[in-house]
Amino acid sequence: MSLSIDNLYGLEGVPKADIDQILDTAFSFREVLERPVKKVPTLKGTTVVNLFFEPSTRTKNSFALAEKRLSADTVNFSAASSSLKKGESLKDTIQNLFAMKMDVVVMRHPTPGSVKMLGDFVDAVIINAGDGTHEHPTQALLDMMSIKEKFGKLEDLNITIVGDIKHSRVALSNIYGLKTMGANVMLCAPPTFLPAEVDSLGVEVTYDINEALEFADAVNVLRIQNERQGKGLIPSLREYRQTFGITRDRLEKLKKPITIMHPGPMNRQVEIDSEIADGENAIILDQVLNGVAIRMAVLFLLSGN
Amino acid sequence: MQKKNIQGEFLLKGGEIVDPYNDSIEKKDILIEKGRIKKIGKDIKEDGEIKIIDVKGLKISPGFVDLHTHLREPGQEDAETIASGARAALAGGFTRICCMPNTTPSISTQESVQFIINKARNLDVKVMPIASITKDRKGEQLTEFAELAKTGAVAFSDDGNPVESAQMMRNALEYSKIVDMPILNHSEDQDLKNDGLINEGSVSTSTGLPGNPAMAEEIMIYRDLRIAEFTGARLHIPHVTTKGSVELIRKAKEKGVKVTAEVTPHHITLTDEYMRSFNTLGKVAPPLRSEDDKEALIEGLKDGTIDAIATDHAPHTYNKKETSLDLAANGMIGLESALGLVLTQLLHKEEMPLMEVIKKLTIKPADIINKKLPCFQKGEKAEFTIFSPDEWWVFNKKSIYSRSSNTPFIGRELNGRVKKVVIGSKVIEI
Amino acid sequence: MNFITKKTVADSKTLNRMLTRLSHEIIEKCKGIEDLAIVGIRTRGEYLAKRISKEIERIEKKEIPVGILDVVMYRDDFRNKNKLPRVKVTEIPFDVARKKLILVDDVIYTGRTIRAALDAITDLGRPASIKLAVLIDRGHREMPIMPNFIGKEFKTASNEEIRVRVKEIDSKDEILLVEANDQDTE
Repeated sequence: MSLSIDNLYGLEGVPKADIDQILDTAFSFREVLERPVKKVPTLKGTTVVNLFFEPSTRTKNSFALAEKRLSADTVNFSAASSSLKKGESLKDTIQNLFAMKMDVVVMRHPTPGSVKMLGDFVDAVIINAGDGTHEHPTQALLDMMSIKEKFGKLEDLNITIVGDIKHSRVALSNIYGLKTMGANVMLCAPPTFLPAEVDSLGVEVTYDINEALEFADAVNVLRIQNERQGKGLIPSLREYRQTFGITRDRLEKLKKPITIMHPGPMNRQVEIDSEIADGENAIILDQVLNGVAIRMAVLFLLSGN
Repeated sequence: MQKKNIQGEFLLKGGEIVDPYNDSIEKKDILIEKGRIKKIGKDIKEDGEIKIIDVKGLKISPGFVDLHTHLREPGQEDAETIASGARAALAGGFTRICCMPNTTPSISTQESVQFIINKARNLDVKVMPIASITKDRKGEQLTEFAELAKTGAVAFSDDGNPVESAQMMRNALEYSKIVDMPILNHSEDQDLKNDGLINEGSVSTSTGLPGNPAMAEEIMIYRDLRIAEFTGARLHIPHVTTKGSVELIRKAKEKGVKVTAEVTPHHITLTDEYMRSFNTLGKVAPPLRSEDDKEALIEGLKDGTIDAIATDHAPHTYNKKETSLDLAANGMIGLESALGLVLTQLLHKEEMPLMEVIKKLTIKPADIINKKLPCFQKGEKAEFTIFSPDEWWVFNKKSIYSRSSNTPFIGRELNGRVKKVVIGSKVIEI
Repeated sequence: MNFITKKTVADSKTLNRMLTRLSHEIIEKCKGIEDLAIVGIRTRGEYLAKRISKEIERIEKKEIPVGILDVVMYRDDFRNKNKLPRVKVTEIPFDVARKKLILVDDVIYTGRTIRAALDAITDLGRPASIKLAVLIDRGHREMPIMPNFIGKEFKTASNEEIRVRVKEIDSKDEILLVEANDQDTE
């Protein structure tokens, strides 16, 4: 009943049985979050360090809360990776921290692969809280949990991911996880937001938002970062909204309801209309609560290994 | 590594001479006196006085020439010095190496060329400086080609940085005609390279690592080939990595453009698949490419499109590599593992003739920098690399003589190994 | 895990008689069923709790609230085990405050499960009292915990185990003494 993985670097290659167990366990922890005393002593005596080399509010708070709910001792270390440029190696920074005996590391870093590199340097359980444009496995797990909560399954569901796929760790982790769980994934984005040889990920791709919505049981809407238009990847946010936005008009034309997800923070009226984000088919706030439960489950299952 | 200076005559007995000048591989003994070949022939009778060096079953070739070595002196002596780099070269069977000018300060002046030459004067390995194309490698002002050549520079390159301005590249190529030396341009269009860390393709997509597209290299190579064609000057293209580049060079050669090209042992051994490990040891510039590209490079070596193999030996200290991929320095050391990798890939896997492989390590690179190597004739200087083409061994930390050990090949099984180097009256056991 | 059945401690009839007796004892000791609630500890305790509540309902003609408690999150030994127990949901559909709670489990052994259960219950609220009912007390206590209601005391060796099987999930009711090669108890 233990997981086959020792660390959570990403969802690529994580077997279905592991994902199933994480989701099941998370549903059990969801119940704890709805109790009057939302705290269990499970990780008493376990030290978790939250190592954030990049600003983060949501993920950091979600992990912090999950750790507190499980009664773990926590240490927070935040550093702009720019301080590492001043000659201190990532290895030194981390080994220094580990001289203090940590059991679990939750790490975010702006560069893909940095979290995995950490695993080579220290003897602790490592959980990736986002490594650049690579993976953000707990986000994808909470997305999958939210879909499963809504539909009762993941298999054979059609999931569309819309937005800046190329620069999104959320998209990549979702693709890996959803494919493993037997869902069908379609990506919808302007070509400048799609990575090279995107077909190699085993997904369908379209530039037509209506086709993508027609396909979808649920749509995961990614945040459009304002600086992207500065780099010339899209002409304007207006054009993006007109061409790819999840607007009320578009959804009203469909004959079926679609479940709406967003990893946050939202740019209302850019990638998604406010009425949709707050509407009855949106499960965006469930995602937030499920995020805590998923992180509890991952912390629990990995530190028990 | 053990070095013996032999007084009097000594005989290399039982080896096979790989003579790239005569296209012959023959079993012959070589008698050496005072650092020069006294006699060469079949079964030289041994006199009681003569020291015999048994090289039975081994091949003897001219000492290898590396067109592309980074010695970090002056500036980063913690990563490599001229002396430590020269030892690494010997361990790899290289008796002559060209050092790149991206030091601190860069090799842009006569004084800095002279500095290298002075430092290397008493070393066994011959170190030939490549001076920068532009002052301090900034791409703004040409260096004094004629004066630098007089002092000892053998070629010009801003390696590490491309010459971004086409006009500057035109000036460099045109002006180089007065010294008849090649211009080496690190071909990567910086704009298209963008923030790319690895080859752009399915691996960059599934790892989320920013991609550096093949066309960033190819577009600059195309530009340089056209300028070389237009000016009639000599262009040498270092570390070619893509299929498209090989095709461009092949076509240019057919048209008579004065172009030569090199590839590194690592680009014909590894592909971007290696980067799925996120290991910074695989971060090189230009990046490891796809399997298709790798095959095209080998094809280019076979059909002569690619003239030489050069190591791009790039030592870095630990702290430059044990950091995140974006901050990690580009490059790997390559001198010590070069022959093993090249023979494993080209001789054993690809069945390329040994003679062709050896040419790309000896007379071909020597030609590019206008040098003639000592040959296997009476009176010539003794400068040989003695190697086993088949010996199976595992490359390990002890195989490294560089001050740095940034290589992904530690633990790799290789076929083919350097056994001895003879320079003058010195015999170095590797 | 490999184990060999050594003996049948109780067959279906005996097991059900024990439950009936326990139900009567509970009513008697609690002086009626006012504020009474039954909480079973996963996994077997859940089914035993449901049966006890049914039995009390049959006797007293009044519905008794039943809940299920999962204590995995409260265990102090989950990291010592080769296998990680599965975390399941706690389902207690009533307010535990001011209730007279009866905790039900199949076997009491070291007492650690009950310790975890007491912690779990107190996180849910403040019951008026908590009493413990078990089918088998197999000894070897590591904590100062004593059940209030016992089906049967049965001394065991530490390489032995008691397996309570219930028809809801094991197809039949019985209690077995087994010898385990690989020790692990819930």
